[in-house]
This record gives sequence, structure tokens and C-alpha cells, in this order.
Amino acid sequence: MANKRIEIVQDILNVNDQIAAETNKLLHSKHIFSINIMASPGAGKTSVILKTLQKLSPAISCAVLEGDTAPVTIDSEKVAGIGIPAIQINTGGDCHLNANLVSKGIQALDLDNLDFILIENVGNLICPASWKLGTDMNVVIASIPEGDDKPYKYPNIYRGIQALVLNKIDLKPYVDFNVPFFKDGIKALNTDVQFFEVSAKTGEGISAWADWLETKIREIK
Amino acid sequence: MHELSVTEEILRKSEEIAEHEQASKVTDIFLEIGKLSGIIDESVQFYWDFISKDTVCAEAKLHFEFVPARIHCEDCGNEYELDHDLIPCPACSSMNIKIAGGDEFILKSIEVEK
Repeated sequence: MANKRIEIVQDILNVNDQIAAETNKLLHSKHIFSINIMASPGAGKTSVILKTLQKLSPAISCAVLEGDTAPVTIDSEKVAGIGIPAIQINTGGDCHLNANLVSKGIQALDLDNLDFILIENVGNLICPASWKLGTDMNVVIASIPEGDDKPYKYPNIYRGIQALVLNKIDLKPYVDFNVPFFKDGIKALNTDVQFFEVSAKTGEGISAWADWLETKIREIK
Repeated sequence: MHELSVTEEILRKSEEIAEHEQASKVTDIFLEIGKLSGIIDESVQFYWDFISKDTVCAEAKLHFEFVPARIHCEDCGNEYELDHDLIPCPACSSMNIKIAGGDEFILKSIEVEK
């Protein structure tokens, strides 16, 4: 009997990243732009998404993948309610979407007739950060009531994002939220990030965000 | 609970190597975890004990090596470790900082018994 040491050095998360890269390649071959939206539960993801889709559609042909930990269809029904195709991805209790779930999910979409796929990740500020999905862009939706210290406490989720949408700005008068302090934290984690201040409730700021997104979608066509 | 899928990948890879080496069992598995990988060693161990049962890896001991995330201050060049919260540079208080590394979760090597 003899012991033998075998050197491997394999990145375990690489399996996920490979699938993500394949997804991105497939979507690009169809000229589809895609984004991964992450946020804590209650940041107003679905509300911002609905307002955004209403601005983009019908000029942009959109579809949504809804990630949820359980087979609840509340969010996907809301999206379908405004006439946008929505696919529910149930993670089976898992705290985040992964590339494999997304690659299966997009198979249910009519990719030949789409310009834009929006993926709503599971509401969570920790786990989704480590899992690439194959989208062109990562976006975090934050909100005023969450507090301005979140980039400092959960730096991982705010890394590698191209846009930060700060929602519920209609609540600014009632909450001590230091916007410059918040932005400094985001900037420390990203060299190039776009900020948008919005209120899904009043509609303020939604146009600026949706217009910017539309420009990005059209760049890939 | 996302460690289940990565633990399954460790098992799959280890079994593959054990078979290739015609090993009777895998005794040790060496892993490297970056601070920002989002992987918790206790969770990996928990799933490992469960899924490695009745496999060639059943008695394998998991060894974790932790890799910190380093922060580089763009203003004064100071380097420090990211503990938990993102903090300004301790040397010059600047927030003009960049995180360097700490995302890895690597299966480095395994030891098998022939």
C-alpha cells in the first residue's frame, strides 16, 4: 500500500463559469442583450422591473427569467400580466440562481424573436455574487430603507456590477440615507459603474435608467 | 446552502482521479477557499460527510486553506486585508481602493492510497 499525492489545481466554480460563457455566446449569436438583477428581499426588484419593461416594451422585445427559491409564481404572473413572457425558475430552496438553471430556463424562450432578457435573481445580498449567469451585465437594485452602509457590509454583491439602481428615493425625507457615502462604497468596489436614483412608486428616474438600458440593448443588435 | 453543488463537483473530480489512478481509496483532499468566494467550509464539510458515504472518498479528510482578500489603496499604495466590512485605507483614510483577489475556490490536490 502506498500513498500518492496528485496535484490538480482546478477552480471548482469554473464549471459554472463555463456554462455561463456558453449561455452568453448563445445569446450573442441571437443578438440578445441580457442582465442579471440582484437585490436584497424587499428592495423593490419586481416593481422596478415592471416599470422598466413598460418603458422598453413594445419597441424592445423583452422576456424575464424569475428566480425564486420556491414554486411561487407571484412575480412571474405580474410580468406576464403586462404581456411580457416570463419563465419561473425554481431553485429548489437554493439561495441563488446558477448558470445551469439559467441555461435550462432560456431554452423555454423564443430566442429568435427577442432583443432583451432580464433575469431577476433570488433576493439575497450574499450568495448570488459568486455565481455568473452568462449575462452581459450585473445590476444591483438597492433601496433607501436598507441603509447607506450596505456596500461596506456586503461588499461582494456590489462588486462587478455595471449599474446600481437606488430605489424608493421618495422615502429620502424620512430616512437618514447618506447618498455620497453610499456611492463612495460602490465606487470603491467598481471602476466603472452607472448610478440611477429611481422611485418605482412615483416613476421618478425610471426613464433615465430605461433609456440607458435601451442604448445598451441596441448596441448589441 | 449553495455548497452542495460545489461539494458534488469535488466528489465527482476526486472519484474520477481515484479511478484513473486505480486507487483503493482517497485519504486527503486539499482545498483553497478565497474570502470572497462565498463558500463556507463547515457547509462543505456537512455536505461532504453526507454525499461521500459509500464512495471511494468516504474516509477522505478535507483540508481547507483560507486565502484572504487583499485591498490595495490607489492613493498611497498601502495593502491591507479585507476582514469583513469594507473599510477605508488604515494608512491614509482614502476610499479610493481596489479589491485584489479572494474569489477562488480551488481543488488543489488529493492524496490516494493504492
